[in-house]
Amino acid sequence: MIDFEFHSPTSLEDAFGLLDRYGEDARVMAGGTALVLQMKQRFAQPGHVVGLRKIPGLASIAVESSGDTGSVRIGALCTQRYIESSEIVRQKVPLVAETFRRIATPRIRSMGTIGGGLVHGDPNQDPPPALIALGASAELRSSQGLRVVPVADLFLDYYETDLRPGEVLTSVVVPQAPPGSGAAYLKFLPRTADDYATVSVAAVVTAGEGNVCRDVRIVLGSVGVTPVHATEAEDALRDRPLSEENIRACAAIVNGLVDPLDDFRGSADYKREMAQVFTRRALQQAVAPMSHG
Amino acid sequence: MIQRVNIKVNGIDHQLDIPARRLLVDCLRYDLGLTGAKEGCSVGICGACTVLVDGEMAASCITLAVAVDGAEITTIEGLDAEDGKLHPVQQAFIDHGGFQCGICTPGQVMAAKALLDLNPSPTEEEIREWMMGNLCRCTGYYGIMDSVVNAARSAGEAGPTGIGPGGAGP
Repeated sequence: MIDFEFHSPTSLEDAFGLLDRYGEDARVMAGGTALVLQMKQRFAQPGHVVGLRKIPGLASIAVESSGDTGSVRIGALCTQRYIESSEIVRQKVPLVAETFRRIATPRIRSMGTIGGGLVHGDPNQDPPPALIALGASAELRSSQGLRVVPVADLFLDYYETDLRPGEVLTSVVVPQAPPGSGAAYLKFLPRTADDYATVSVAAVVTAGEGNVCRDVRIVLGSVGVTPVHATEAEDALRDRPLSEENIRACAAIVNGLVDPLDDFRGSADYKREMAQVFTRRALQQAVAPMSHG
Repeated sequence: MIQRVNIKVNGIDHQLDIPARRLLVDCLRYDLGLTGAKEGCSVGICGACTVLVDGEMAASCITLAVAVDGAEITTIEGLDAEDGKLHPVQQAFIDHGGFQCGICTPGQVMAAKALLDLNPSPTEEEIREWMMGNLCRCTGYYGIMDSVVNAARSAGEAGPTGIGPGGAGP
């Protein structure tokens, strides 16, 4: 690790001041699980690291009544463990609790934060597919003010996000799924339980009258340079009956929408096939409580 | 850059002037002489460097010491009582074969302590899920599971149990 100066601002204003002063030579650190590794490997060589841990008010979870169904505001510094254990999250946005429980190991989840993970921009991470499927947005603050960006638009390329110089991701707002919705997050792990996914899929399905699909969101991880929002597959299922046949037809479209890399977790062709298989299973799991209820 | 850090380790306050890039595991081992936490994988996967930071598990090999300024750190050296009596988790690791070659043991014990602090009577499934981030290359997981199960039982004052193929311990 190259030498640097560590800063511990105690207010967001002080953090913005440091980021404005040091520009591209500064990096923000939350839990540090991603940044410290990058610095150890010299992928990142910032001259200034701005730690957010001493800024109060960034690590709370609250219910908000905005929107049709209400939403949950999660502070950027909430650890992944805190989020998976939160009663509010479990009750209001259970898909988020279920997804965060699948990240790495309990020790990493005690360190890693929701905000740090998102701005890391790693397409193999678990939270982005689930957050995008629920229509979450990220609040980005800087000395210039507030910018709200849908999590779906946050990821531009491999490890590249829409976060601009001087900005800090301060919270994530996750809308509750509409009544009559089912959701699932599936993570295909052929190697070890703490690995990144070979393929991951988040699905949120909202059923209407007569078991017709009123809305559906399908987002995949680990199969492209960013999370893949499978809108064409969604279009094939929306307004159609949630039958086994229609779910299979929808999942088959995902093959052509993903662009995975060959690596030690599988060949690109294998991952493309698994994207279809796990999309089908995620949709089946999401609709299962409906057909039994 | 040399920066000042105040940390409380096992109840003792320390004021250190250390490079910003000093990792917590190195700070504990080289600045404070606490060699219990081991650096295994160096990337936060193996669990050998597990310590508690303000009561939460942390991988000290990917934690900057400057980033935990003001925090309370607990290491394996801080678990035994003042009279030298071992912590129940430590004793269980000796009694039930969890203590093998010793490299992973401090991390395993700290992880198990963190679990029992949070949940004094975990199920075996909960123990497995919690401990999955602590690797043992002796592959002696049955002994480790037996140790944690028994530490949990003794915390709950129930009788001992054995869950491995050979029952409790070697």
